[in-house]
Amino acid sequence: MNAFAASAPLQAGWSRRASTFLHGRPGFYLSLLLLPPLLWFGTVYLGSLFTLLANSFYAIDEFTAKIVYEPTLATFKQVLTQPAHIDIIVRTLVMAVAVTIACAVIAFPVANYMARYASPRMKALFYVGVMLPMWTSYLVKVYAWRLILAKQGILSWFVDTLGLTPVLEAVLRLPAVGGPSLASSYLGMFIVFVYMWLPYMILPLAAALERVPESLLQASADLGARPSQTFRNVVVPLALPGLAAGSVFTFSLTLGDYIIPSVVGAPGYFIGMMVYQQQGTAGNIPLAAAFSVVPIVLIMIYLTLAKRAGAFDAL
Amino acid sequence: MTSAIEFKDVSRVYGDVRAVNGVSLRIATGEFFAMLGPSGSGKTTCLRLIAGFEAPDSGAVLLDGQDVTSRPPYERDVNTVFQDYALFPHMSVLENVAYGLRVRKVAGAEQTRRAMEMLELVKLGALAQRRPSQLSGGQRQRVSLARALINKPRVLLLDEPLGALDLKLREEMQIELKNLQRQLGITFIFVTHDQGEALSMADRVAVFNQGRIEQLDTPRMLYTRPATSFVARFVGSANVAEGELARRLMGSAEPFAIRAENIRIALPGESQDDNVIRCNGKLLDVQYHGAMSRCQVQLDTGEIFAAAVSEHSGNGRFAPGCAVVLSWTASDAVQLRSEPAA
Repeated sequence: MNAFAASAPLQAGWSRRASTFLHGRPGFYLSLLLLPPLLWFGTVYLGSLFTLLANSFYAIDEFTAKIVYEPTLATFKQVLTQPAHIDIIVRTLVMAVAVTIACAVIAFPVANYMARYASPRMKALFYVGVMLPMWTSYLVKVYAWRLILAKQGILSWFVDTLGLTPVLEAVLRLPAVGGPSLASSYLGMFIVFVYMWLPYMILPLAAALERVPESLLQASADLGARPSQTFRNVVVPLALPGLAAGSVFTFSLTLGDYIIPSVVGAPGYFIGMMVYQQQGTAGNIPLAAAFSVVPIVLIMIYLTLAKRAGAFDAL
Repeated sequence: MTSAIEFKDVSRVYGDVRAVNGVSLRIATGEFFAMLGPSGSGKTTCLRLIAGFEAPDSGAVLLDGQDVTSRPPYERDVNTVFQDYALFPHMSVLENVAYGLRVRKVAGAEQTRRAMEMLELVKLGALAQRRPSQLSGGQRQRVSLARALINKPRVLLLDEPLGALDLKLREEMQIELKNLQRQLGITFIFVTHDQGEALSMADRVAVFNQGRIEQLDTPRMLYTRPATSFVARFVGSANVAEGELARRLMGSAEPFAIRAENIRIALPGESQDDNVIRCNGKLLDVQYHGAMSRCQVQLDTGEIFAAAVSEHSGNGRFAPGCAVVLSWTASDAVQLRSEPAA
């Protein structure tokens, strides 16, 4: 007797009919799946972004403090010409660049170790270790850092124990980066920024380095390249996509943050704080919107430069 | 005269596996040398020991008489053609080939000139500006070869260089590699698991098994005078008789090997010529190989022997299942070294 003859006849239930219907129409099936996320992305995300953009083309009436709904470039002019505003942009930009470079420099050896040398056990440990700080509340971490960096905080105690207080004081006396204490200096703010965004640099970098085959490094050494040459000519160029991805995180997160500059560091304003203040207490929505456009433009410029440098060629 | 490469009792251990187990060998300057063996036999590890990607746990590696055991790869005058070619994906073909000059700080114009020369040598001058990803497997192989030769190494190492190519391309590259080696006079050491490739290209072949060299000889000697049953089976898959079977056939318990093409196969009752050694069996299968067919015969004692029949000797009369008689002359049987107790 044929064993297959015993199998049950196909049930013609509604779910089976729906499956058959969708199977024959892959385009319809795909759009059905993509509709909810696209609706969310299109209206809630892009929609609000465009509303923001639109607001930046209005201006506030100086006298009545009411928004005049007529397209004008006056607000942008205000952002880009007032010395105080330019200061804020430059200050934020310099901080974002410094934080990005510091993150890249610290992250590279860690990511390289994770990708190439760590045993599977060690690698898992490192991944957890890198992500562990992300499981803690952002605010808690920022306030914790304020205490760590405070004048009587654990860090200055530690520096004092090492007998290095004069060094710390000398550093704090430096113009621009210094201040009365680490907690109220740009240096302290820089340290907190680097701490906060480091995982966002390590993870894409480790992923990129993991994709570089061992044989390429051996081929480089085989052809006479010393380890430093192999690093410069082979490892860094092939890690560029990861470096670019990581730096977009560190760069844009620093450009947009307003909590760290208001909790730790010197009193100078940052773009994020300006947006927060203008849309809140000051009620100048157009100015807040125009300031929000600045990071977007800066990131676009950054991505264009990165692309021109060939960061995405190896993708 | 100093050898291009010398191994002095070299061992490399991974955990409790002795990948290379007390290997000593000398490779002469200008030789085309093959390391042949199944995967995991230690041949690739030996190549990596020469290149410097691995360090031996004991023993010494000499290059032109100099001990290079503890020297890093970038201080050894040898270059490697990698199995996966290992071309730098972010560089053009020209930049890949010029890399060895670039890291040695050769002037830019000189780099380009010599790299182009190398590319002409491997007939790829027209593709200099392409990226490796835009090349076929055979072209990548040539780029990798040009890149490895640009520093004029004393020794060129090739790790299964033809493994990824299709049959026709592989045959072309075999001839080309051989010509290139004659033209340049560089010592070539190449690792392969393909015995045909090793026999047809190399001046001498080292047959590896379980981290040791079983036999180091010319291809002809390997084929006609295999020293051990492993070599006899691995190179040209000879029939090997050991122990009781050897005693019954040859009158001595010493193992021996007999090549399929030296065995005559006949139906019972047919003339056996003057062949002295005979045994009866049952034909299991006939595999057609063109000029020759290979007959699998189960001897009455249970072992399976292979006998080759040429197309014109009328192999049509053999059908699977029929009784056959195998015969050969005593002088065609090769005495083998008894295997040392493992």
